Amino acid sequence: MMKSNLAAVENASTSEMGTVSDISSVVSPIKMQGKDVNVFYGAKQALFDVNLDIRKNQVTALIGPSGCGKSTFLRCLNRMNDTIDICRVQGDILLDGEDVYNPQIDVVELRARVGMVFQKPNPFPKSIFENVAYGPRIHGLARNRSELEEIVAKSLQRAGLFEEVKDRLDEPGTGLSGGQQQRLCIARAIAVSPEVILMDEPCSALDPIATARVEELIDELRRKYTIVIVTHSMQQAARVSQRTAFFHLGQLVEEGNTDDIFTNPKDQRTLDYITGRFG
Amino acid sequence: MFLALFSIVISIAFFAYYVGHRRALSLAGNDLSTLHSRPGYHGAFLAILTAVPAFLLLSVWAFFQTSVLDQFVLTRTDHFLVGLSSAQIEAFLRDAKAIAFGGIVSGVDEGKEFAASLYARYQKVGHVLAAGSLLVLAIIGFSWGYHRICASARTRHFVERSMMVLLVACSAVAVLTTIGIVLSLIFESLMFFRKVPVLDFVFGTHWSPQSAFEGAGADGTQTNTKIFGAIPLLAGTFLITSIAILVAAPVGLLSAIYLSDYASKPVRASAKPVLEILAGIPTVVYGFFAALVVAPTIRGWGEGLGLSVSSESALAAGLVMGIMIIPFVSSLSDDVINAVPQSLRDGSAGLGATKSETIRRVVLPAALPGIVSALILAISRAIGETMIVVMAAGLAANITANPLEAVTTVTVQIVTLLVGDQEFDSAKTLAAFALGLLLFCITLALNVFALRVVRKYREQYD
Ligand SMILES: Nc1ncnc2c1ncn2[C@@H]1O[C@H](COP(=O)(O)OP(=O)(O)O)[C@@H](O)[C@H]1O
Ligand SMILES: [Mg+2]
Repeated sequence: MMKSNLAAVENASTSEMGTVSDISSVVSPIKMQGKDVNVFYGAKQALFDVNLDIRKNQVTALIGPSGCGKSTFLRCLNRMNDTIDICRVQGDILLDGEDVYNPQIDVVELRARVGMVFQKPNPFPKSIFENVAYGPRIHGLARNRSELEEIVAKSLQRAGLFEEVKDRLDEPGTGLSGGQQQRLCIARAIAVSPEVILMDEPCSALDPIATARVEELIDELRRKYTIVIVTHSMQQAARVSQRTAFFHLGQLVEEGNTDDIFTNPKDQRTLDYITGRFG
Repeated sequence: MFLALFSIVISIAFFAYYVGHRRALSLAGNDLSTLHSRPGYHGAFLAILTAVPAFLLLSVWAFFQTSVLDQFVLTRTDHFLVGLSSAQIEAFLRDAKAIAFGGIVSGVDEGKEFAASLYARYQKVGHVLAAGSLLVLAIIGFSWGYHRICASARTRHFVERSMMVLLVACSAVAVLTTIGIVLSLIFESLMFFRKVPVLDFVFGTHWSPQSAFEGAGADGTQTNTKIFGAIPLLAGTFLITSIAILVAAPVGLLSAIYLSDYASKPVRASAKPVLEILAGIPTVVYGFFAALVVAPTIRGWGEGLGLSVSSESALAAGLVMGIMIIPFVSSLSDDVINAVPQSLRDGSAGLGATKSETIRRVVLPAALPGIVSALILAISRAIGETMIVVMAAGLAANITANPLEAVTTVTVQIVTLLVGDQEFDSAKTLAAFALGLLLFCITLALNVFALRVVRKYREQYD
């Protein structure tokens, strides 16, 4: 049963490969929204009046030279900036029209709905199983062991890791290769059934083959989740995303369909960046 | 005399440095870059060659002087020594030296007078010889080195290598001292185990070596082996250490968690040093605090509750010792908790875990090996602690699990065995060495175990 599931997903992905964007994406509804977002680290302003829409079941890529505020914006979306003492966020971040910085919103629930995958794979020093089971446990998603096992297996399948690790779920997650670790982290994020997955340069610590594997996975995941990915590789943005936002010096310079951004940018700075003239 | 020779060697070295430096400069002329090594290295090279052999000679001579003198005097005075035991010969030499160089003389006779005159004469000769050979060595070293100095001389390498030899020598001193102490501990303990069987010592349940009635030390040839059972001491040590850890582990660990993950920067910056001041309080202060404040308080409370509390109780000593080792636990745990990568905390927070969930489920498990080793180091510190237990735990060698009774520990008994006039070969005195060895083995085992734990789990992250 699990196997057939997996095969189906893989078939779907191969038939989908090479399609950068499709018509349905253009009309898909807005999932998250940043409105006039200003972010300060102490006295230093890192984002200036950013307005950006994240569309449902699409991959939105944030690109731009390093230090331009991509990660900062990404971390606003699930309030990971809360963990930085000196960080202050102004403006509205909406998830399904609700402000995530509203004091009524429980950050625990928010992060269950908006999951995150980090730049460097950071599996917990626990077994592969426990890594994936971590989220479901803290959110009480499984009533018993067998439900938990089901969630873990399903998440690992969705992350395309199940076949590789099914015989060694008890071994430490830190013993996997870098690419496998990153897919484990994706599985860990999937396990709490998020609606949005944020990825901050998820492939920058991986070799080309592992990168290709994760990119394939991102394309598959789009069917079920909304994805925002920070990347410094424009090829990657072109390969995996439907929409692209270009940041420069804390400002959102341009955003739109990935095709348009890469073939027909409106702003000179975007053109300079994608043609490699700076950054 | 030594001081004079020593300062002469030092001044010669300075002189040699100056000469070497000058010579290198004059060799180089206007162009310093023709020198392989900078002039300072040439100076140091000459200084080392001049002073080090002389200095080594000085130390060797200082070390062997007495025994060589003794030997010479003995060969010249053997007709006075016929029929004397070795202890008597030793006393004879001691007196002769006291007559010659000053000191307390037990009795004077013709032989001793003669020996004393020999000592005086030989020592003068020795000094002259030493000073002479010192000078000769310095001159040889100096002139040999002086002629070696040329533009291409690789004196930098020589100085570097000398540096390394010095470093090796210093580490060797530390290591050899440790080995020496352990060996002497083992040696003296073996003497003890010749009088008292090892098993009677390690597994015996009765400890009262002070009781002259039962034969210990009263007569060196008869030893009652049944009064050297170390079990009561180990039990007391164990009881007090357990109480201390029960205090220190939770308090230390929780304060470490607070400091590393909850405290704001300013709080952390001031709270951490304050906590570490605890480690700087002399243990004797803790000791009288335990004896004069804590023990009477506990006794008062106990009486209020209708319990019988002895005025010196394991509880008082253990509580205060626990407070003493809090900084060890908290400081080390704080370090290992801080060493858990931020990325793990972020990963957990990103999944919606709260701060305390993150700490309980991710940070503490990841830091556990380090925390365990911090606890073990604190335990071994508590086991070896003396002053607090001497003052607050009492001397009664009871085997009890009741913290309200008086107990005694290994360290306390070592102190009491060695306080006062002692014969160094009585079983009672030697028992102190055996206890020391026992203590050493226990703390060594604990430390090795702690290191193992750390090493085994260290690579879990990164
Ligand atoms: N924790 C922080 N404290 C202070 N300044 C920060 C912090 N994180 C980021 N910044 C600053 O904010 C700006 C944007 O950083 P970031 O969002 O990480 O850029 P990017 O991900 O695009 O490389 C940078 O100038 C950086 O120096
Ligand atoms: Mg970044």
